Amino acid sequence: METTFFIAGIVALAATLRTITCANPVHALLYLITSLLAVAIDFYALGAAFAATLEVVVYAGAVMVLFVFVVMMLNLNQETVTRERHWLRPKLWVGPSVFAAILLIAMVWSMTVGGAIGGIEGTPLSANAVGMALFGPYVLVVELAAFLLLAALVVAIHIGRDERNEARWKAEHGERETTQAGEQQ
Amino acid sequence: MIFGISEHEILSIVVTAILTIVTLMGSVIMAALMIPIERRLLGLWQDRYGPNRVGPFGSLQVVADMIKIFFKEDWIPPFADKAVFVIAPAIIMFTTLMAFAVIPFTESWTIANLNVGILFLLAMSSLGVYSVIFAGWSSDNKYALLGSMRTAAQMISYEVFMGLSLLGVVLLAGSFNLGDIVESQRGMWNVIPQFPAFVIFFIAGCAEIHRAPFDLPEAEQELTAGYHTEYSGMKFGMFFVGEYLGIVLISCLVTTLFFGGWLGPWLPGFVWFFLKAFFFMCFFILLRAATVRPRYDQLMAFGWKVLLPIALLNVAITGAIVVAQS
Repeated sequence: METTFFIAGIVALAATLRTITCANPVHALLYLITSLLAVAIDFYALGAAFAATLEVVVYAGAVMVLFVFVVMMLNLNQETVTRERHWLRPKLWVGPSVFAAILLIAMVWSMTVGGAIGGIEGTPLSANAVGMALFGPYVLVVELAAFLLLAALVVAIHIGRDERNEARWKAEHGERETTQAGEQQ
Repeated sequence: MIFGISEHEILSIVVTAILTIVTLMGSVIMAALMIPIERRLLGLWQDRYGPNRVGPFGSLQVVADMIKIFFKEDWIPPFADKAVFVIAPAIIMFTTLMAFAVIPFTESWTIANLNVGILFLLAMSSLGVYSVIFAGWSSDNKYALLGSMRTAAQMISYEVFMGLSLLGVVLLAGSFNLGDIVESQRGMWNVIPQFPAFVIFFIAGCAEIHRAPFDLPEAEQELTAGYHTEYSGMKFGMFFVGEYLGIVLISCLVTTLFFGGWLGPWLPGFVWFFLKAFFFMCFFILLRAATVRPRYDQLMAFGWKVLLPIALLNVAITGAIVVAQS
């Protein structure tokens, strides 16, 4: 399992690097999906099978599909790729590199010197334990998150509705099937 | 001991490898056999012959078709995004075949006895969306793009109902493991207490593999061939076989989750599994012969306004009963 962990880790690193440096947005997204899958395999190798499958179902399977969906609509062509390449000048790498270097130092320190102090303790959770925690001590947070999501949903529907268009549709086609007006936009 | 691995482990690796090969070959061959079976059955139900010239009862028609498709030119349109265009058909074959790994065909015939089996299935089916999306995008063709847009929306939506309908089964069995779920049906098949979930799962599964009547992504009257308009030769063949693999997979899943998998009297477990799964494969074909394609907005409205509330109610009621009984 250790070998699996390291191979998947290397794949995740390489894929993430390509996500950032790739000029073609769709190719970058493909690399990001690969990276997410590699991280899922890492979770699995660590013994957290539940977290691994959730990573694939939620991130790779649902969130990234929406990303791809949006990028697909942007009518990308060779021009975009050239422009993107132009944006990715070496000078831009300085800032992020400094911060990344700080992170690297912190990580190396915690693995070597700080290791003596002790890491974060914990055991992998089963699906059952996650559910008990969510609907036991954290039920208030879950409900608040649900409120927030519902509010976001209502707002999105409200903004997305074009009332003028809907009125015109009704005038032309009578009262039947206003749902189609949403389709037309 | 060889290379630090005991003989027992080596034996189990060899057995798993053989089981994997048998399952892979079996599912692909079954998917290929579905093609002539479907054409003959459609012919029967539509009062015509169907292909009946090649071999006995036209059974070798699929061999002729395969020879033809293998020798076709493997053409990639010059305007397509080549790398993504080539990867896309491979994804659907890969994800569908991976899903077969967790299905318990008999008591001992499971390749990967995962504790999160059902979640693994959902993960694989949600990754399958990429195949269609990337195929449509990389083709650089308006019909292909429209088809893949429809698919993305359809598959993301119906995945929700598929997952929700499975929750009832998981509650009854108390496990994500497919083997445990089959074992929990010894007394009564899940289809009786979970009938709404079964109907929702079947409809959502049908939409997930975009079979008729949910074949809007490739509705030929409006979108020529949808996302695989630009594909030809064996790449098209992979989409085609991928669809039939999807039918085999969903049939196997319905059998496992709702109809007691390998359980049954007299006959050996595998025969029962095969008979049940085959019944649902034929049912998919009957659906294609008997139903009409809904409009896109009707499909979406049906999903979110009918299936979602029923699925949620089913989960709530099942949960309440399970809690009351324990």
